[in-house]
Amino acid sequence: MPFNILVLACLAYVIFLFLVAFLVERRAAQGEAGWLRSPLVYTLSLSIYCSAWTFYGAVGYAARSGLEFLTIYLGPSLVFVGWWWVLRKLVRIGRQQHVTSIADLISSRYGKSNLLGVIVTVIAVVAATPYIALQLQSVTLSFGVFATAASEGLTPPDKDSTAIWVAAGLALFTILFGTRKLDANEQHTGIVTAIAVEAVVKLVAFLAVGVFVVWGLAGGPGDIVARINASPIADWQLQPGRWVGLMALSAAAVICLPRMFQVLVVENADERHLATASWAFPLYLMGMSLFVVPIAVVGLALLPAGSNPDLFVLTLPLSQGRGGLAMLAFLGGFSSATSMVIVAAIALATMVSNHVVMPLWLHLRPAHAVSGDVRRIVLRARRLSIAGVLALGYAYFAVSGGSAALAAIGLISFVGVAQILPPMLGGLFWRGSTRVGATLGLCLGFAVWAYTLFLPSFGPDAVIPAQVLAEGPLGIGWLRPQALFGVTGMDPLLHAMFWSLVLNTAAFTFGSILTFPSPMERMQGAAFVNVFEADQTGPRGWAQGRAEPEALLVMAQRILGDEAAQSLFEGAARGQGKVGYLPDATPKFVEDLERRLAGSVGAATSHAMISQLVGRARVSVEDLMAVANETAQIKEYSTRLEAQQDELTRTARALREANEKLTQLSVQKDAFLSQISHELRTPMTSIRAFSEILMEADLPPEMVVNYARIIHDEAIRLTRLLDDLLDLSVLENGSVQLNLGLASLPEMIDKALRTAGNTRPERVFAVQRDSAAEAIFLHTDADRLTQVFINLISNARKYCGAERPELRIAVRQKGGRVTVDFIDNGAGIAKEAQALVFEKFARLTDETRAGGAGLGLAICREVMANLGGTITYLPGQGGAAFRVTVPLRLEKAA
Amino acid sequence: MRPSRTPLFLARRSYRVRRLRDFARLLPVLGTFLVLLPVLWAPAATSAPDTAPDGIYLFVVWAGLVVAAALMARGLGSEANKTETETGAGAAAEGED
Repeated sequence: MPFNILVLACLAYVIFLFLVAFLVERRAAQGEAGWLRSPLVYTLSLSIYCSAWTFYGAVGYAARSGLEFLTIYLGPSLVFVGWWWVLRKLVRIGRQQHVTSIADLISSRYGKSNLLGVIVTVIAVVAATPYIALQLQSVTLSFGVFATAASEGLTPPDKDSTAIWVAAGLALFTILFGTRKLDANEQHTGIVTAIAVEAVVKLVAFLAVGVFVVWGLAGGPGDIVARINASPIADWQLQPGRWVGLMALSAAAVICLPRMFQVLVVENADERHLATASWAFPLYLMGMSLFVVPIAVVGLALLPAGSNPDLFVLTLPLSQGRGGLAMLAFLGGFSSATSMVIVAAIALATMVSNHVVMPLWLHLRPAHAVSGDVRRIVLRARRLSIAGVLALGYAYFAVSGGSAALAAIGLISFVGVAQILPPMLGGLFWRGSTRVGATLGLCLGFAVWAYTLFLPSFGPDAVIPAQVLAEGPLGIGWLRPQALFGVTGMDPLLHAMFWSLVLNTAAFTFGSILTFPSPMERMQGAAFVNVFEADQTGPRGWAQGRAEPEALLVMAQRILGDEAAQSLFEGAARGQGKVGYLPDATPKFVEDLERRLAGSVGAATSHAMISQLVGRARVSVEDLMAVANETAQIKEYSTRLEAQQDELTRTARALREANEKLTQLSVQKDAFLSQISHELRTPMTSIRAFSEILMEADLPPEMVVNYARIIHDEAIRLTRLLDDLLDLSVLENGSVQLNLGLASLPEMIDKALRTAGNTRPERVFAVQRDSAAEAIFLHTDADRLTQVFINLISNARKYCGAERPELRIAVRQKGGRVTVDFIDNGAGIAKEAQALVFEKFARLTDETRAGGAGLGLAICREVMANLGGTITYLPGQGGAAFRVTVPLRLEKAA
Repeated sequence: MRPSRTPLFLARRSYRVRRLRDFARLLPVLGTFLVLLPVLWAPAATSAPDTAPDGIYLFVVWAGLVVAAALMARGLGSEANKTETETGAGAAAEGED
């Protein structure tokens, strides 16, 4: 295989990936992403878990330790199969909070603490550096394999310069597609699709090599089983500690690795994709590990002793003269390495720029948060971070010399990132976990990991002196890095994992139990742990109206870009029912804006930037109350709702009643008007007619006198009618002046009888009275009450149709009230008319029109109402009967 | 102190969805048990090499898990986007304090 063809193939492959990423980005920009964001692409992008370590290293691992390599894939498979437990919640939180990285998640969960973000970033960078070095090393080694076979064409460069070229090329690619824009959700459609393509390439390549080995070199599955049992691999013994420990470790790593978090949570376009990935990703892992043992067995048998088992995937086809297959395998390995490095670099760069560079920059030049071009700063920070991460990886590669076995480096890195697991799981499921606990746990775990595993991995005397390794610092035996607290029998990796995670979890748990979280932490904790509850509103961190919407818009434009920011603000303004681009800076809006900005620069930075505009009012009084007493608040809320509903029902009922009354009143008023015009018109007509007759000159004098009297009588009737109307309106208004005083009831009745005697004086009435019962003094308006009595007696005189009319006046005193009944022996009032008699202009018969206009009883009713009493018709007394009830003492109305 | 909006008994369909979720929670436990089982075989009493049978066993378990998860995902995929208020049990277990 000529080396220059290899370089050419590599370049062509990279250009192809460029094209894929470029086209996809363009389609996504046109809003036609469609299938590009399908569950398939999501699952394939997850395959960056299988880095070059898997592609090349798994075979080497199997050659050295048999089936143990399976633990690295079984752990993640179990995590995905059990997605309902952790992954679902993680993805939901990631989407809801616009999480940009794993450091952002931890920082956001623990009260948007930037310190935690920095710690997680440091851990991630330190743990990822050897891993990136490992990828560079594998690419370099695979180049080296072909280089040894090269006989013509270009002379392959030495391995250091190969690594430099690879690192620089990857940095360029990552910068070009990873930091082209500052996306609201920090998603990179183009990169993700390119990675999905690479995932297909590496799977196909590995399966092709596997099929070639099983059916080409060996005689099929049966033969392979026989060969396995005959090979040195069969001597492998399962070590229970490592079997369990490595499985747990890889399960933790698949969640905690920054690059896995990036594709799993940050790049997730739809939560439903996770359901597909829950079985498809384990299937992919199974495909990647199916042929590992066969390749290792056949490689060990066919290749000369001493050849590197880490490169069997390449060397086996090459040794059989299968150049094309070897090229495919090489591209598969190349894909594994590049995809991992690209995503890891993006993830780490996001963390470094959001949690280290931006806060530092904001701290140094706070004024620029609002006025400066934040977008450019963030992008530049990311690009520099990507270059920095790759440079670190290269430096590690150059320093370590790329000698150690691949698998060892990978596992060391896994233990490092696994330190993030306790605060992460605690944050997802335990509301009691606090920032202090998380900080203590992370720092302690990281320190123990570095002391027991990372630093010793450079070899004795590289960082830690050999003497310390053997005897402990200052000769303290129980502090020996690889035998902490006298635990000597353990495998160094398990030893480090055991102690770092145990101490980490213990510090985290006890730190959380002993400290008290800040309000912001408690609110974020509730938002994270209860993310699946529908009425989750999230914390309201901002006080009302402190920020100028215009300043917020200016800042949002700096970060999101003009168009995105304006459409965000316009949408919010429309949501508030306003026109234009400036919504009110309600707490909800500011909160939403903060989350959007967090999608670009991370929760802590976005929080800090907004707090520069809004002020330091981080937690409102309502929130504090809510934190202090959620239960009481819920209770109060529901009682308030109930009260509100009752109130509404009452109001509706009152309104309905008022409406009915108004309708009735309107009908009454119309009837009243027509009645009154009729009543006024009748006397007017006769007055007009007779005065017209009077105008005729030749009338006999007696007729003139007669007619003049008629006119006079009618005028009197009109005056009385008008007087009555006036009286009625005064009484109805309640503006009547009462002349209160002590009055004797018999005297009033006497007077009433005397006055009423004028009505139809020709009739003789027998009046029955009970003078003993009548002997009562009332405190009331005597004139008004007498008026009522006169009216009732006159009515009796007018309408009682009996032969020998009788009127009985019965007085009774009960409680503080006096009732006076006027009962005659006439025909009485028909039942249906009883309700009408007190209405205005209600006249039952037309026979005796001399008496007023039918206003008498209406006036009586109003008078009695003014006197604090009542007048009612009393049925069943053998004639017309009215009962007047008055209070014994009428107090002056207030 | 949530007011108890959840009914005590469910229709057949919702009941099945609930049991499916139970299964989703159980599956990784079952899987863990199965893949840790070889630990108990470790001190091989027989002298016959057991690497190949062990490997075949693990891959069969693995494939079984994939199939079970695939069957389950079809039923749960549409549920994943919903909130869990109606499940009661899960939310209550997670949301103490």
